[in-house]
Amino acid sequence: MDGNPRPETDRRVDGRHRRIMVTQAGIRVSTSPGPARLLSHVVPSGGIATLRQHRQAYPHPHGADPDEVRTAAAASGLGGRGGAGFPIGRKLASVSELGGHIVVVNATEGEPASQKDRMLLTSVPHLVLDGAELAARAVSASQVVVCVDWTDRLAVAAVKAAIAERTARGEPEIQLALTPPRYVAGEESALVNFLNGGPSKPTASGRRPYERGVNGRPTLVNNAETLAQLTLAHRYGPEWFRSCGTPDEPGTRLFTITSGGGVATVVEAPVGVTGLDLLDAADAAGRVRSVLVGGYFGTWMRAADFGVAAFSRAGLAPYGAGPGAGIVIVLPHGNCVLAETARLLSWYAAESSGQCGPCVFGLPALAEVAAELARGTAGPAGVQQLLRWAADIDGRGACRHPDGAVRLLRSALAVAGDDLDAHVAGQPCPGAEAAPFIRAAS
Amino acid sequence: MSITSTAALHRQPTLQVDPIACEGHGVCAELFGEWIRLDDWGYPVIRKDAVPEDLLPHARWAVSNCPALALSLRKP
Repeated sequence: MDGNPRPETDRRVDGRHRRIMVTQAGIRVSTSPGPARLLSHVVPSGGIATLRQHRQAYPHPHGADPDEVRTAAAASGLGGRGGAGFPIGRKLASVSELGGHIVVVNATEGEPASQKDRMLLTSVPHLVLDGAELAARAVSASQVVVCVDWTDRLAVAAVKAAIAERTARGEPEIQLALTPPRYVAGEESALVNFLNGGPSKPTASGRRPYERGVNGRPTLVNNAETLAQLTLAHRYGPEWFRSCGTPDEPGTRLFTITSGGGVATVVEAPVGVTGLDLLDAADAAGRVRSVLVGGYFGTWMRAADFGVAAFSRAGLAPYGAGPGAGIVIVLPHGNCVLAETARLLSWYAAESSGQCGPCVFGLPALAEVAAELARGTAGPAGVQQLLRWAADIDGRGACRHPDGAVRLLRSALAVAGDDLDAHVAGQPCPGAEAAPFIRAAS
Repeated sequence: MSITSTAALHRQPTLQVDPIACEGHGVCAELFGEWIRLDDWGYPVIRKDAVPEDLLPHARWAVSNCPALALSLRKP
């Protein structure tokens, strides 16, 4: 390690010194609450960090020692930032042992309320690509494929330009794969199936990609942010990496917080940050009805619970929630949890890949009765039916898509409180008539 | 086999459906109602625990009669 300055680790940026940037892709980024590790590389004027700028702090990965990368990944304790949170060190070890072939960068970001991976690709693409190359070296893979939603023109252009900048350095070859703009397209088995020339739908083979993936060979699939974090962990070392976050879940993570007016802000904070700190960062504290943690694929939490909860696997588990991809949707007073949930369930039904009966038929049924509940016409029998169907649908798809709908619904019923009673009694809360807050769901 | 009955119990297979292949014919629930019921849309809801020895013939009968070949017995 040389004398290059490390990204700040412990300086908290208070509200007055907060820096708000808007990237060239139109994504709002705030340096509060900090520390800014990944975000310290985002160019304040909003442009893309060029390879030349990037190389001032990060040497080319082709010189990296594979053992060192695996050690850095394992010792840093870096967990996946795409949702499942699986330790990247263990993934690298398994794929390396089985003989790696290809590294897949999952930047599909099919979760509509997430902006972080798009922000990384359109602002600091080389942090992600270096991470992918480091991972490729660690598992002896000769190929890297970056998967991006083909409707996301700015991200596609940014990745193309970044790959071109890296010239013909030989190993490993970096390619861009354009994926359909569907939620399930980003599901690991759907992604592998698509790269194998099949439809972009989950498979029920039971084999994980790290055993049998693209071309039937061991495949490392990682979220874009995870790989950017790997670049930092490798560059500055496990001790630095662990200097914030929790012992079990070290480091920072990127959050996408959607609050008043439906504006999304990407912030960076240590794992374990309190909900209140996140709400403050988005100027959202104090006017909160409920919080949807994890985005469309998430869990509703009461505002008071979210404020005091630590945003980590362990901190959110008591509330039945999980960190997911770091998405927080702050529903303001004046909106109705049940009405938002009913619209989200329609979205779930529309996003089903249409393969499994309980998902194909169950989700529209849930959406319909949830909409009746939102309107106040479902009555107690409607709630009973929703709960019975939820129990029947849970765990019966080839992927977790239907499970997500069930979790969302159950959590909505749990946090709605007095509002639920009013809706059941046929007198829906005033928020049920409000314009939808979660927009893409309508 | 009878001597190591506990171990044998743990090796008992579970009944599984491939949810993508399943077309909701409902034959399985007809043939093995002790273990399988249908949900409101006609798709099988299957008990997750191991199928006991004495019911295995029923399970095999259901597996071999699934029109979609979606049902299987799997060893843990």
